[in-house]
Order: sequence, then C-alpha cells, then structure tokens
Amino acid sequence: MSSTTMPNTTAKFELKMGVATREAYGQALVELGRKNPNVVALDADLAKSTFSAKFQKEFPDRFYTCGIAEANMVGIASGLALAGKLPFASSFAVFLCDKGYDQLRMCVAYPGVNAKFVGSHGGISIGEDGPSQQAVEDYALMSALAGFVVLNPSDEFCGRALVHRMAEHNGPVYMRTGRPKAPILYGPGDTFEIGKAKQHGNGRDVAIVACGLEVGYALQAQAQLAEEGIQARVLDMHTIKPVDETAIAQAAKECGAIVTAEEHLLDGGLGSQVARAVAKSYPAPMEFVGIQNTYAESATPEQLMEKYGLTAPFIVEAVRSVLKRKR
Amino acid sequence: MTTIADVTAAPKVESIAELKRICNRLRIEIVKMIGAAGSGHPGGSLSEVELLTALYFRVLRHDPRNPEWPERDRFILSKGHGCPALYAVLAETGYLDHSVLGTLRKLGSPLQGHPDKRFLPVLEANTGSLGQGLSIGIGMAIAAKLDKKDWHTFVMVGDGEIQEGQNWEAAMFAPYHKLENLTIIIDYNHQQLDGFTKDILDVSPLREKFEAFGWRAVEIDGHDLEQVIPALEEARNGKNKDARPTCIVANTVKGKGVSFMENNPEWHGVAPKPDQVSAAVTELQEKAKHL
Ligand SMILES: Cc1ncc(C[n+]2csc(CCOP(=O)(O)OP(=O)(O)O)c2C)c(N)n1
Repeated sequence: MSSTTMPNTTAKFELKMGVATREAYGQALVELGRKNPNVVALDADLAKSTFSAKFQKEFPDRFYTCGIAEANMVGIASGLALAGKLPFASSFAVFLCDKGYDQLRMCVAYPGVNAKFVGSHGGISIGEDGPSQQAVEDYALMSALAGFVVLNPSDEFCGRALVHRMAEHNGPVYMRTGRPKAPILYGPGDTFEIGKAKQHGNGRDVAIVACGLEVGYALQAQAQLAEEGIQARVLDMHTIKPVDETAIAQAAKECGAIVTAEEHLLDGGLGSQVARAVAKSYPAPMEFVGIQNTYAESATPEQLMEKYGLTAPFIVEAVRSVLKRKR
Repeated sequence: MTTIADVTAAPKVESIAELKRICNRLRIEIVKMIGAAGSGHPGGSLSEVELLTALYFRVLRHDPRNPEWPERDRFILSKGHGCPALYAVLAETGYLDHSVLGTLRKLGSPLQGHPDKRFLPVLEANTGSLGQGLSIGIGMAIAAKLDKKDWHTFVMVGDGEIQEGQNWEAAMFAPYHKLENLTIIIDYNHQQLDGFTKDILDVSPLREKFEAFGWRAVEIDGHDLEQVIPALEEARNGKNKDARPTCIVANTVKGKGVSFMENNPEWHGVAPKPDQVSAAVTELQEKAKHL
C-alpha cells in the first residue's frame, strides 16, 4: 500500500495526521455496541477495510457478514430495524449506495426505517484501485433519498461523535468515511450535532464551505489567503443533508462570496445544497471545487487529488475568482 | 455458420510443457508487477494463471495483431481485481509490450488497478464492481447470435463474486435463451476478501447449482492444463451441449505457485514487499528448472 497521508503536510499550514475516518467508525461502533445491546452490524466482505471488523471481534454474535451481496444486506438491515434492532451496515461507499440503491429507497427511505449505513473509501483519495472502487456520487444519491441524513466527517473526532449522533437520530442515516489518514482538526472536547456546521475563523471576505478531507485543504487555503490579506472563514459542513442553512445564510450575508469544496462530482453534491441555501437567503457569487463530470483513474491519492483539482491551491484559486465577482 | 479460417488467429502452443513454462513466467510477472505497484491483488491473480494461459494460447480465437477483429472470441474478466494476470497474458501474447507491466497502477498507465477500456481498448469490459460480467457476456452472446457469428464469449468470475445476486439473474437467463456460445469459468479458489468463502457465505455446491439452472456444468482442477484445455475446448467447440451454455467450476488455489501466499487469505489484496518479491521470484525460477 502506498502512502495514504493526506493532505500534503509540507504546505504552509501544518496539519497533524490522525487516523482515517473509517477507523474512527470502527472504534465508535464498538463503543455503541457496549452501550446498546440492540446494535447489530452488517458488512459485505469488506469488514477489514470498513473497520466493522472491530465490532465483529468484540461482538461476534451481533455481526453478520453478508458476503458480496450489498442489496441483500440493505434489505436485511431494514428487516432488523423493523423488528426493533439498530442495524449499522457497511461496505465501500460505491457498492453500498450504488448496488443497494433500490433497497435503500424502498426498504429504508420510503418507509422511514431507522437503519444506519456507512460507506468507506469515499472519493478518489482511495488511489490506486481506480474508479470502480471510488464513490464520487454518494452524496448525490443518498441526498436524493427523502428523509435520509447524509454525513461526511472531516477527522476522527468528528467521525466518532457523528456515529453516536447517528445512533441517537431516529431515522435513516448515511455516513461516508475515507480510506487515507485524516488530519486532526478537533479534540475530544469538541461537540458535533447533525445539521450544525463547525466554523473555523470569523473571516468576512469569503466563506469556504467544505466537507470530509476537503476541510483540511480548506484550512490550508485559509492560512495561505490570510498571508495575502484575505480573511476567510471555513465551514466544516459535515452534514451534507440537511445542510446548515443558518450558518450558510450568515456566511452569505457577512462574506458576500462563497466557495464550496468537496471530493465528489459537482453534480448534486455539497455545492448544490449550499447554492440552494445561498440563493434562498442572501444571494452571493459562488465557485465550486469538486470533480468535473468525469471518472478518475489509478494513481496515488496525492496525485489524484492534485490532478482532479481538489487540493488547497485549487481552493485558493476559486477564492480569487469568486472575489472578482463579489459586489 | 461461417468459420473464419484459423490462419488469421494467433498460433496455438501445442506443448503442455511449454504452456507450463509460460504459466511460470506469468506468475513471475504478476508478483513483480504487483510488487512494483505497491498495491494490488496477488492471490486471485495467481489462481487464474492456467485458465488464462489455456484460453489465450489454446482456446480463444484471437489475433494480437488485430485486436479489434470482429470475429474474435470475447473474454471478460468479471473479477476485475485479478487483472494483473490478464495484463501479463496480454503481454505474453503480444498485445502489450512487456515494459508496460512495470507501470501497473501508476498515473497514466494503460494498466489501471481494475480493467479500464478507456486506457486499454483491447479489454472487452470495464469491471471491478463484482457481479456484472456475466450479464455483459450474455449481451455479447446474443449479439453474436443475432449476427449469425460463431465467436464465443467467456466470462471469468470469482467464487466470492458469485454471491452477487445479479449472477443468478444471469444464470437463469442464459440457458433459457439457449446461449451455447457462452461459457462462465468460476475461479473457485475457496477464498474471498475477508477470509474463506465457507466461513463467510458458503457457495457450494456450485456445479449442482448451475446444473439446476439449466447449464452444462463441469468441475475440474483449474491448475491441471490437461483438464483445463479439454474443458474449455468442449465449451467452445463441443457439439453435444443441447444448446446449453457451459459452466466450468475450476477448483484452484489462491496464491498458487508462491508457497507463502498459497491458501493464506492475508494475500488477497496486499502487495509483496521487495524481499517477498525476491523470495517468490526465486521460488518460481527454481520451479522453472524442472518444467
Ligand atoms: C460489488 C463489490 N463488492 C465488494 C468489492 C470488494 N472486493 C474486491 S475483491 C473482493 C473479494 C472477491 O472474492 P472472489 O470473487 O472469490 O475473488 P478471488 O478470491 O479470486 O480474489 C471484494 C469483496 C467489489 N470489488 N465489488
């Protein structure tokens, strides 16, 4: 396995790397399992990769591996929930969402079933395995399921906390986790609520709204922009749906220019959600950092994030162009 | 049906001893290329070697000088993560330059982590999300029938992969539509990602399952060329199939040929380190002396 350390730690703003958000999921799932005997975990032959194997090890009687059969797994999760259990089903994001989609709609979203889904290896930062394993459409797919909450934590503390919030929330929830190590942005004292963004800085020139690994890059961009005299605020929008309309409206009003950054196709992801909230409140010029209508390829995570325009310099560039249009 | 004269097809390698030497060379290439890439799937690549060698050197009608030949047989590697073995065989047959093998999984390489026609058009399908190749193969087999062509379609799947429900939708369809021009090869190495298939979701008995779905099904040792070649030839050319598609259940060993990888689930998706590459290559070269 090649280096999976991201974002680039040689950048001006040093980020200390922690564990991957997928590992945070495994840890939190074990914590939940200890607290709540109703928690049942499912996986589709990727338990070692999604880290649900941690739960399997401690609670073998409450863990079911479904084999390579994601649609069946989603249906089983629905049945477990309907019979009073609290199921957490995981696989790679792309297989869970894309193969399980009809079941996620029909057996979970439509009847409003209280089942939880975690898709690991989201985005292109998985690297060498290439597009067949890279989920670049999961925010859009899962946001298009009525009633679903859609999450993507930026670091291990955010990730662990959100797993607990998922369990407390009554209704269907999807969380994307990532393969590479994530930078440490928070500490054990930080609290996280579904639908409430975490704000970094109070800049009034521009707001950068990001989620997942893009938050680390956004903070690097923020530091670089500060050196140029541009004061940015960064909103960690760990909840893509329902997006934090209050924080976005405030940012639009106070900054008058918005950039979004996501490791996802620009179609139907974070940018679309934020744009709607901006348009509804204080319309302001926007720029969008994300994957442009294509599938990626095999290479190291670092090379792909660079080639597909997702690292800090691209966010800085987007800020420069949005500021030109600021009224 | 018209049969295109075999003169345009790649020459076949008749000698079993020579085919065994080819298998050995392919294994060395596979270990080296995954080692150089630093990631990839050695176990399920090594288990495919005899099956691919028999296909490309004996059974498939194909021409490396003319990859787009419309009369060629189609081969779909549905278990896309096993592509290093396919890339190695494409190099050995002359579709690729050997030097390209060292670029596996690197930025801009035609040898993507999973088969990708955008980068390597000679591939018949993009795979990597398991469970889809058999349906594509059915589409191709129907197209051949509509065009009254006699080329054959082969699809290779894994035993873990066969857990995907789509396979069983396809398994119902092919015999019902009398697609005797279609063959599925199951690389039955008895392991999947998280461990042994029997401990995750047992798929046995495979031959009986396919028979019950209406296939002509045979079970062979997937490393014994004297079993593999006749089974594939019968599937492709046999006249006594009662218009049934063929299922070949090939019992194999995951990691075959490299003693420390054989039957160890740890080697599903981990690349060998440089010293492990050397150890594996030495072992294989030693074996080559006796072939
Ligand atoms: C739909 C889907 N789910 C999960 C995966 C992840 N995955 C890659 S290989 C593999 C195991 C495959 O096992 P098998 O088909 O037996 O192949 P082999 O043992 O020959 O490598 C899994 C689960 C995938 N590629 N596609």
